[in-house]
Amino acid sequence: MPILEVKDLHKSFGKTEVLKGINFKMEKGEIIAVLGSSGSGKTTLLRCINFLETATEGSIYVDGECIFDAADKTKISASEIRRRQLNFGLVFQSFNLFPQYTALENVMLAPKLLAKERADFSQNKKKIYDEIECNARNLLTRVGLGDKMGNYPCELSGGQQQRVSISRALALEPKVLFFDEPTSALDPELTNEILKVIKDLAQKNMTMIIVTHEIEFAKNVADRIIFMNEGVVLEDGTPHDVIENPKNKRTQEFLAKML
Amino acid sequence: MDKWLSLLDGFQYNLVLFFGTIAAAVPLGLLICFCSMSKFKPLSYLSKVFVWIIRGTPLMLQLFVVLYVPGLVFNMPMKSRLTASFVAFIINYAAYFSEIYRGGIESIPKGQYEAGQVLGLTKTQVFMKIVLFQVIRRIVPPMGNEIITLVKDTSLARIIGVAEIIMSAERFSKAGVIWPLFSTGLFFLAMCGVLTLIFGALEKKMNYYKN
Ligand SMILES: Nc1ncnc2c1ncn2[C@@H]1O[C@H](COP(=O)(O)OP(=O)(O)OP(=O)(O)O)[C@@H](O)[C@H]1O
Ligand SMILES: [Mg+2]
Repeated sequence: MPILEVKDLHKSFGKTEVLKGINFKMEKGEIIAVLGSSGSGKTTLLRCINFLETATEGSIYVDGECIFDAADKTKISASEIRRRQLNFGLVFQSFNLFPQYTALENVMLAPKLLAKERADFSQNKKKIYDEIECNARNLLTRVGLGDKMGNYPCELSGGQQQRVSISRALALEPKVLFFDEPTSALDPELTNEILKVIKDLAQKNMTMIIVTHEIEFAKNVADRIIFMNEGVVLEDGTPHDVIENPKNKRTQEFLAKML
Repeated sequence: MDKWLSLLDGFQYNLVLFFGTIAAAVPLGLLICFCSMSKFKPLSYLSKVFVWIIRGTPLMLQLFVVLYVPGLVFNMPMKSRLTASFVAFIINYAAYFSEIYRGGIESIPKGQYEAGQVLGLTKTQVFMKIVLFQVIRRIVPPMGNEIITLVKDTSLARIIGVAEIIMSAERFSKAGVIWPLFSTGLFFLAMCGVLTLIFGALEKKMNYYKN
């Protein structure tokens, strides 16, 4: 069974239709890179899947469970939406770290708040918090920030901030982790830092969808590449198929410009 | 000495007006702010018009309106001049505070809310744990300004006959002794000095990060 399935997803802002029926499936452990020119709807797709926008048509399934169906107008409670949202993690282009918290606190904030909803929270508070902290420290150490845990975001470089934000998303153990151009705000040197972290996650079989303009990276890391253009998926196949032998003229033009 | 004591007596009114106004206008301003940011258009227009009127007319005029209009129009005269000044100050400052709050809240980037949301936080948690501190940090300097203005504005209560410090001093100047009138400035200076120190310390404490 696919871990994620997106069926016929449409999204309009007013009269402009930005997504015009997106379909794809992905298996556990798979890595998909999403390519496409500016304005093709990549960010909108990620935002719709992550409940930051409401798609106008279509449905989304996680492990066979329908988590979104535009046709179903029954009201879903806020807590149920949050539960469904937690299937996913999202890493933003602009990091969006919380400036008043240290790197470690940024990673621990959500797990600590979520732990309060556990039935055994009041009895095991100390133990639960210790576990959360230990886990957060491990995550930050793994991305090479063992010595920066007590620093505030303003004291970190862009690449370090992005690594904190990846750790923050990982701390909630999402089934699928989404990246929206995680390196676009970084210079080339820092870009490699982040790409290394993503490669490391790939080795650990993390299921990921990565919107990126780094074609070389997509080719090396992704199992599959989706090429989007004007709100539709034009290509969906292995890096070899899409990059070396694109079927579509539009894809060829795009790749010619990028390479 | 008795002149100083009588000035001090007058300044008590300024202090009462000051602290009373802060205590009521800080929360009332928040209410107005939420109204003006409400998605329910009539409510937001109403509060915007309200803020426009309050900010667009002199506080001195508002004092008169609050003192006389309830009696003249609704046949419910104000119980006392002090009450009337309270009402006028609270309304006036709540309007200004609401705009400061709104500026503070709107200055928080959308990404902060979205990051909280995708981490599974509730709306309340996003506000309390992420946004609130950043808003407070942004509004401390303008609030400090406004609050220091309030210290001096309390003397406007004199215009509707509240025996605050300047009115007390005028009694002496009418009798030919002018120094008490000028000395009132010392009271205001002292008060503003203390507030400047408090707000300075607060700002410094919250400025442990840059952004
Ligand atoms: N909130 C919005 N309201 C109106 N139009 C929007 C909104 N968000 C996105 N759009 C429009 O949708 C289209 C697709 O935008 P989107 O951000 O998804 O593109 P993208 O593929 O991520 O581009 P880029 O590579 O530049 O990030 C654009 O034309 C954009 O103007
Ligand atoms: Mg984008």
